[in-house]
Amino acid sequence: MSVTSRSTMKRVAAATAGVAIAITAAGCGTAKESGGGSSGNELTLWTHNAGNPEELAVVQQIVKDYNASQQKYQVKVQAFPQESYNSSVVAAATSKKLPCLLDTDAPNVPNWAFANYLRPLDLPASLTDKQLKSTLGTYKNKLYAIGYYDAALAIFARKSAITSVGGRVPTIEKPWTAEEFKTTLTKLKAAGKYPIAFDLGTGDSGTEWWSYGYSPFLQSFGGDMINRETFKTAKGALNGPEAIAWGQWLQGLVKGGYSPAKSGPDAFADFVNGKSAMVWSGIWNSGNLSKLGADGVMLPPPDLGKGPKIGGGSWQWAISATCDKPEAALDYLKFSLDKKYLVAMAQKQNVIPATEEAAAALPDWAPGGAKRFFLEESKKFATMRPATPGYPYLTSTFAKATQDIVAGGDVKAILDQAAADIDSNLSSNNYYGF
Amino acid sequence: MNVPVVQGATGQGRRGRSGRIGRSGRSGRSTEGWAGRVMAAPAVLLLVVFFLVPVVLCFVLAFTNARLVSPEPSTLIGLANFERLLHDPLFWQSLRNTFYFAVVVVPVQSALALVLALLVNGSSRGTNVFRTLYFIPVVTSIVVVSILWKFMYQQNGLVNHLLQAVSFNTIQGADWLANPSTAMPAIIAMSVWQAVGFHMVIWLSGLQTIPGELYEAAELDGTTPWQRFWHVTWPGLRNTRTFILVTITIAALSLFAQINVMTSGGPLGSTSTVVYQAVRVGFQQQETGYASAISLVFFALVLTISLVQRFLTRDKD
Repeated sequence: MSVTSRSTMKRVAAATAGVAIAITAAGCGTAKESGGGSSGNELTLWTHNAGNPEELAVVQQIVKDYNASQQKYQVKVQAFPQESYNSSVVAAATSKKLPCLLDTDAPNVPNWAFANYLRPLDLPASLTDKQLKSTLGTYKNKLYAIGYYDAALAIFARKSAITSVGGRVPTIEKPWTAEEFKTTLTKLKAAGKYPIAFDLGTGDSGTEWWSYGYSPFLQSFGGDMINRETFKTAKGALNGPEAIAWGQWLQGLVKGGYSPAKSGPDAFADFVNGKSAMVWSGIWNSGNLSKLGADGVMLPPPDLGKGPKIGGGSWQWAISATCDKPEAALDYLKFSLDKKYLVAMAQKQNVIPATEEAAAALPDWAPGGAKRFFLEESKKFATMRPATPGYPYLTSTFAKATQDIVAGGDVKAILDQAAADIDSNLSSNNYYGF
Repeated sequence: MNVPVVQGATGQGRRGRSGRIGRSGRSGRSTEGWAGRVMAAPAVLLLVVFFLVPVVLCFVLAFTNARLVSPEPSTLIGLANFERLLHDPLFWQSLRNTFYFAVVVVPVQSALALVLALLVNGSSRGTNVFRTLYFIPVVTSIVVVSILWKFMYQQNGLVNHLLQAVSFNTIQGADWLANPSTAMPAIIAMSVWQAVGFHMVIWLSGLQTIPGELYEAAELDGTTPWQRFWHVTWPGLRNTRTFILVTITIAALSLFAQINVMTSGGPLGSTSTVVYQAVRVGFQQQETGYASAISLVFFALVLTISLVQRFLTRDKD
């Protein structure tokens, strides 16, 4: 009924949610709510992984160990389902009820730092230097968030499919060139053993997969979502000759019949079931690859001009700007970055451990290990999504443009429109402080 | 909710007592007024908080550059949002799609609902069974229905299998939701299927208000079934008709859930609607001010259309 008011409803909803959260917090806590994300000597911690028991268990273990390790502070975990996590944080921030400690998805860090949700982390270089670069959430050269792990993308393939058509199996040291990749696809299609030569995984209608999954190809061509020198325009980066070449390449994969315009809801399952020879997917599916035995391999993306690229940045931890005990929160973060917790994360989940010393403690991740591929890939090819507060607009616009390109629209017209939309958003926001 | 009910009951009790004691009508009425206000309070409060306040906010925000997440205070920017709207190709496309949907759905859905109502009303046996069957999609969440149909519309989904079976493999069927020319018709078919039961029930209630004597008299006059429909049933459904027209139109214009679940406005913007665009701009892109402007224009459009419909279907006597 009140469709007209959905957008403005947000404010009221935010306030209501804030009140609800405050009531819940007061109801659960033993001490009185004093605001500032902590009460008495209690620090509240919010996490997105209520739907992921393995990850939540590690977080709870860290908190338990920390609470036992000292007498001064007690950390309390509140887990949210991932779908409603971001809106809960925005609602809580609106009503100044953010917890001291919270986790954030990497591309949101600049947006939240810009909006004064987060405070810079004063962590020693000895700690941060050990971390994979893509686990550090920075904005304007300041560190705002730090992660226990990262994710990575790869081409998952059947080795036999490639070798049977005379193709070369690429490695991180010697990835496919654009030409080699094209030849392999053509041969795979001609052989006809698999209905789909290379499934791009376009069945996901959500936004972030489209940016995380397909912008690395754009960067490999030499384009980008925004000009990263200035962060003041998308013109040239998103609609220059390199970007148009990317759009035509991507559209060509669909038009040429190598990849479906709309993949099945689970492209990886289709791959395991023999519908496709190769699929573009992420480390989160690597557990299912074992169903193919030795024939299932992980391959780096092709070098489309500027070297192979994959997305970087996963969930990271931050401290809210309204936290009234930042030193205690920082103390907890330092404690939690201990090697044994990074090891536990990588052990229980399909994620890349954030440091080499953690990787060395895990046979799969040590040099020569079965999963080492992802760590090497992440080190060499990971490209962070643009670290600008305007990212929510960027990703939404880029995702729609990519969807339109895959659906067969006019590449140049789509990219020109997307670049113009982004530029008008940037200028109407005073370039987000750049 | 309990408190007002109890107080309301007390209020009525008092009125009864004062009525018995003397004819002090004035004090009785004032007590009644007070009780009435108390009873209306919960509904009024909810309306104010969830309808009036947001609508007023929407009017104000539409003229500002308010952001969902920003440290900078929002400022008044006059008509800039509306100017931008005029030059936004996606807005015009969304508007066209919204009208396309409404222009097809309103007549098709109301006519189909009437046919179903007449069929269900006619047969005495099995009426309840059919009524329940047609009503099941209505009580199912639209999100669940959308997810199921998304699977059914796939290239190798149920719809295409059915088409092949019925046509002995001569029709192969499209990838319905991935094709710009079939996506909207596919959503229209599904939406009509989902909502038709609701309007069937309303038509049914209208049919049951028509006195049986009228049909008997018409039958004695030797009329055909078609004449009975045209001269007895159709005029008898006057008020029901207006109600159905207005509710279907408003529901059709505010198409959102199906789009959000099934296509995200794609492919090539062929299923983007005004409400979907407003939500996308307001939440994904965090442009609260611009989203409010879209909502305001949408509000004005729906209001105008409803008023025109009221005018056209007014009681001419």
